[in-house]
Amino acid sequence: MTQEPVCQIVTINLRSGLHLRPISQIAELARRFDGDVWIRKDDIKVDAKSVLDLMTLNAQFGMNVTLEATGDGAAQVVEELSELFARNFDIDSQ
Amino acid sequence: MKLSDFVVPGAILPVLDANSKETAIRAMVESLKKSGSIRAEDEESIVSAILKREELGSTGIGNGVAVPHTKHPSVDELIATVALSVDGVDFASLDGEVVHILFLLVSPPDRPGDHLRGLENISRHLRNQNFCSFLRQAKTSQQVVELLQEADNNQLD
Repeated sequence: MTQEPVCQIVTINLRSGLHLRPISQIAELARRFDGDVWIRKDDIKVDAKSVLDLMTLNAQFGMNVTLEATGDGAAQVVEELSELFARNFDIDSQ
Repeated sequence: MKLSDFVVPGAILPVLDANSKETAIRAMVESLKKSGSIRAEDEESIVSAILKREELGSTGIGNGVAVPHTKHPSVDELIATVALSVDGVDFASLDGEVVHILFLLVSPPDRPGDHLRGLENISRHLRNQNFCSFLRQAKTSQQVVELLQEADNNQLD
């Protein structure tokens, strides 16, 4: 049985965009979940558990990206990731 | 943006001899100084900034790769260098492994997009197994320069 993915669009409010610090937090959070976690930007879809993959996004300030997860806990991981974005990854303004 | 646009050929260290993260970073920044890409008076400040960034979280991203970096007002465009370590350097990486490929980036503070584009470039090529494999086999700066050009021209796929 194929599970429907849970998706959420979020906006990047970090002035420096998604650089290595927020990327590391995303990957660390995503890895705690057994299912698949992705981030989509335009026509690119990357594994949110992979720092290297996330770095290829070139996701800049003001851009929207889509969080997507499937499997047990999908809704929770999407919610927690959304909160990370909303809190600007607890990084001081840059 | 291509790798060849911002990696300084004269600062490449194909045989890095470093027994610690700090030694590696110092060697790479010194190499940028010797190539004329940064001023001598800024060298220590750049090293300090990179080390400070490492305290926030290791830039050893796993799979034998590290991307130490900082923004610094002394540069007006993104510059970078590459260092290769056969024995590997302990970078306190996310996967606990030593790093063999190091890309060090210094970018202007007011152009975060350049830094992100640099990371995007580097990571896109590092996802290519051929690129990583050939890079680790390179023994001279010229070989690294040629490899970067081949990667830029998508000749490694």
